[in-house]
Amino acid sequence: MVIRIDALNRKLLRDLWRIKGQALAISMVMACGIAMMISSFGTVTVLEESMNAFYDRTRFADVFATLKRAPDSLKEDIERIPGVSVAETRIIAAVNLDLPNMAEPATGQLISLPERGTPLLNDVIILSGRYPTAQRPNEVAVTDAFANAHGMAVGDSFQAIINGNKRSLEIVGLGMTPEYIYALGPGSLMPDDRRFGVMWMGRKALAAAFDLDGAFNNVTMSLQLGASEEEIIRRLDVLLEPYGGVGSYAREDQLSNFFLVNEITQLRTSGAVFPPVFLLVAAFLLNVVVSRIVATEREQIGLLKAFGYNDLEVGWIYLKLVLILVLVGLGMGMALGLWMGGGMITMYTTYYKFPLLDLGIDPGVFTSAAIISLIAGMVGGLGAVRQAAKLSPAVAMAPPVPTSYKAGALSRFFSRFTISQPTRMIFRHVTRFPVRASLTIIGVAFSVALMIMSLFFLDSVERVIEVYFFQAERQTLTVSFVEPRPATVEQEIQHLPGVIQTQPTRSVAVRLRNGHLSDRKSIIGIVSGADLNRLLDSDQKTIEPPPGGLALSKHIAKDLDLKLGDLVTVEVLQERRPIEQIPIVRLVEEYLGFQAYMHIDAVNRLMREGPTVTGIHVMVDSRYADDLYATLKDTPGVAGIAQQTATLASFRETMDNTMNVMIGFYVALASLIAFGVAYNAARIALSERARALASLRVLGFTREEVTYILLGELGILTLVSLPVGCLLGYSMALAMSPMLATDLYNFPFVIENSTYGWSVVVVCVSAVLCGFITRHRVFGLNLVTALKTRE
Amino acid sequence: MPDGVQDGTRLTETFRAEGITKVYETGGLRVEALRGVDLTLYEGELVVLLGPSGSGKSTLLNILGGLDLPTAGQLFFKDLELTACSAHDLTVYRRDHVGFVFQFYNLIPSLTARENVALVTEIAADPMSAAEALEMVGLEHRLDHFPSQLSGGEQQRVAIARAIAKRPDVLLCDEPTGALDSKTGVVVLEALDRANRELGTTTALITHNAGIKDMSERVIRFADGQIISVDENPVKKAPEELTW
Repeated sequence: MVIRIDALNRKLLRDLWRIKGQALAISMVMACGIAMMISSFGTVTVLEESMNAFYDRTRFADVFATLKRAPDSLKEDIERIPGVSVAETRIIAAVNLDLPNMAEPATGQLISLPERGTPLLNDVIILSGRYPTAQRPNEVAVTDAFANAHGMAVGDSFQAIINGNKRSLEIVGLGMTPEYIYALGPGSLMPDDRRFGVMWMGRKALAAAFDLDGAFNNVTMSLQLGASEEEIIRRLDVLLEPYGGVGSYAREDQLSNFFLVNEITQLRTSGAVFPPVFLLVAAFLLNVVVSRIVATEREQIGLLKAFGYNDLEVGWIYLKLVLILVLVGLGMGMALGLWMGGGMITMYTTYYKFPLLDLGIDPGVFTSAAIISLIAGMVGGLGAVRQAAKLSPAVAMAPPVPTSYKAGALSRFFSRFTISQPTRMIFRHVTRFPVRASLTIIGVAFSVALMIMSLFFLDSVERVIEVYFFQAERQTLTVSFVEPRPATVEQEIQHLPGVIQTQPTRSVAVRLRNGHLSDRKSIIGIVSGADLNRLLDSDQKTIEPPPGGLALSKHIAKDLDLKLGDLVTVEVLQERRPIEQIPIVRLVEEYLGFQAYMHIDAVNRLMREGPTVTGIHVMVDSRYADDLYATLKDTPGVAGIAQQTATLASFRETMDNTMNVMIGFYVALASLIAFGVAYNAARIALSERARALASLRVLGFTREEVTYILLGELGILTLVSLPVGCLLGYSMALAMSPMLATDLYNFPFVIENSTYGWSVVVVCVSAVLCGFITRHRVFGLNLVTALKTRE
Repeated sequence: MPDGVQDGTRLTETFRAEGITKVYETGGLRVEALRGVDLTLYEGELVVLLGPSGSGKSTLLNILGGLDLPTAGQLFFKDLELTACSAHDLTVYRRDHVGFVFQFYNLIPSLTARENVALVTEIAADPMSAAEALEMVGLEHRLDHFPSQLSGGEQQRVAIARAIAKRPDVLLCDEPTGALDSKTGVVVLEALDRANRELGTTTALITHNAGIKDMSERVIRFADGQIISVDENPVKKAPEELTW
């Protein structure tokens, strides 16, 4: 079959082919915006739907509470709280694990399973094997992720120190749980499947091991529709208080859920912030290119009209051009978006352990992407299309008058200096089209800013690592105890192999209250002259723990609307549960894990106790580390060992896997924008000035001199855009920094000089590259034809 | 005079072309624009090239100006063999020796009259000042006007000032009056004539207006890529006496 293409469409296709480089640049910038939109929102949809489906399927609880020990009979009282739908009591205990492939100990979270049937709430989805049998005390089910990290399968065994006794546990099932989708171990900053595992055991076996027969230490519940969560939590706290309740909390504060929801929110923000910028850049490029085409084709337009084509038909030719560019961008963006979304989902499965749905073609997202890109196309192209439609044939066929220039203030200023005519041409051209020059500057500046904003994350994370791991928390590891211990335990630790230095710590769960605002936090007791775990001020200088008051994280102070000198109500949630008004005597800047600090003696006084510790920070001689781990694994009463090096390693690994990929992506996008804007600017300049440049060649200017005139303008615009971009990047990072903060970490606002440097270098390389490509075209200028044609 | 002798004195050759052939091949089409042209131009003379469109006169002018190279034949500018020059050598040749004037003026719109001329004087070895050059074409009162503020005739005179400012050895004009009315055209021709007389510049002028031939010393007629006649003009007229 022969496809007949009418003459006008053929002209359209040839025009398109002629500007293919520019067209591709425009479509690609647009595609980036569309891809980010589709991948972000598509991933948000997948995460949300997967989360809701998983929560529904596993009956994820609405309210959670931990306590010391309460008789089973209390469950009835809990169930009687109005609005409670289902309440389930459990036993949960942290144990140390002795794993064959690891010298250092790992932590296990043991959760009881009901004697009969499956859990009413927070069900475990068994992926392979089965639930542990109630009668067999050594059977456990473990999370799939933990087993994979250790190369274990159903039928394998490992050692655990349960309440001081070493026991061998056999894996009978592998599962997933809604409570640990994001499996953060105690004291960890990142999920680490090697060092932290969740495991399930029959209730009776667990009760026997921890002396909790006929009792429970954890309760979760689901609520009836419309029930007041706040009121239920308040009543539950009252019920649990005599039994050592440390405060119940809602699903939104449940750690794993908190991280997952937070991630979704951030993804939605970035999906909404970035794409419009790309689309605006694309619209701008579209406007410049189509306007230029209309300008060069004014005679043709006049001719068509003289032949009897009406305004609408002529406008339609150029509108089709715009539409093709938009559709190509949209198509590429959709494909790229699906691919990127798939990659993002794969990345999420590494950190979030739950069954994720496939990224499908979400009609809502795709429709919005199509509409938004069409709007961008119309914004960019319609002005030029209207120019074409409105052009009267008589005017169109007469040669255009030479672009009028005036000696402006800037020009008069420059005339005081001796500058060569070519340089003068560059300046005049820049100042003659200020809007276009500004838009080019803004476009390139934006790519600088985008680079700075992406690299800012790295600078910020490096600062966090530097401050947190090398200045604030300098211990090799922290041993924490199941129960508070007399301070003399420090001497015992000091005698263990490889221990160089120790520092006691006392941590107390509290609720900080200021009027109606409250927050569950810990008060950390620090000794005077602390050398391992230190308190730092905003300039990272060590400060002494205040003896008569609280040093509060600025983050908490802000949340609770407190300032220096205010009294804060401290409700201790443990032991004797004292309530005191304590003044805030210091505000400290923290990046990770916001807390309140006091002198350790003050904490013990608050608790009405003698010298007591809950943990010991230890600096270890690495040569003896394995011996120390072996000893600690078998030490009763040790609840866990948090290793700074392991934490740092997993922190870095996570950053490498997630951030670097994202940053690489942004750098690529920034280069693309810089290239797209610069290339279009150069090509437009070349097209407008080909004749002038050819004339100069005829007058005896060399290729290099002529190239200088053309690219000098691009150079000036790029140079101007660099500081503008740095400033823009600075402001954007400054604005982003607080937006990224969560209840667990802060991104300090730090931009290293190298970040500015790299951003400038990458953008300059893009500009130079496009200069080279354009230079090639200047060299190919046909002198003879350029002179024969009139402008 | 064809043998180069005038008033008994031997004239200095500016150009000597021998067997110049130019073939364009575009899209499988072979066009012979010049077919074995032999021509000598002498220092200080003004010649007019006449002929229908496509007869080869513009092609010859471009080759003389170093914009293009012939397919075959030899071309000398004084002792310099242009046909053996590299692209860079040709650029240097244009810069140092040639002035061009075109039908469509080809001024730089972003530069004033003075600056358009300065464009050339800045890179020339022994130029006159831009103001001087503009004065020669009678534009001393329009120095700081941009092309958009000048009439067509004025623009063409700026182009002539730009071409003569470097005191070129040759001035090549391709239909300099083609876009102008006759009254304005005369003013432009006067400028060219004055430059030719006062600077002694060898001038070659392409035109469709046969009337202009009367201001030349020799008239060279072209047809089908060949020179069909070279006529001397014994009575050279001043431009204001011309009619067309």
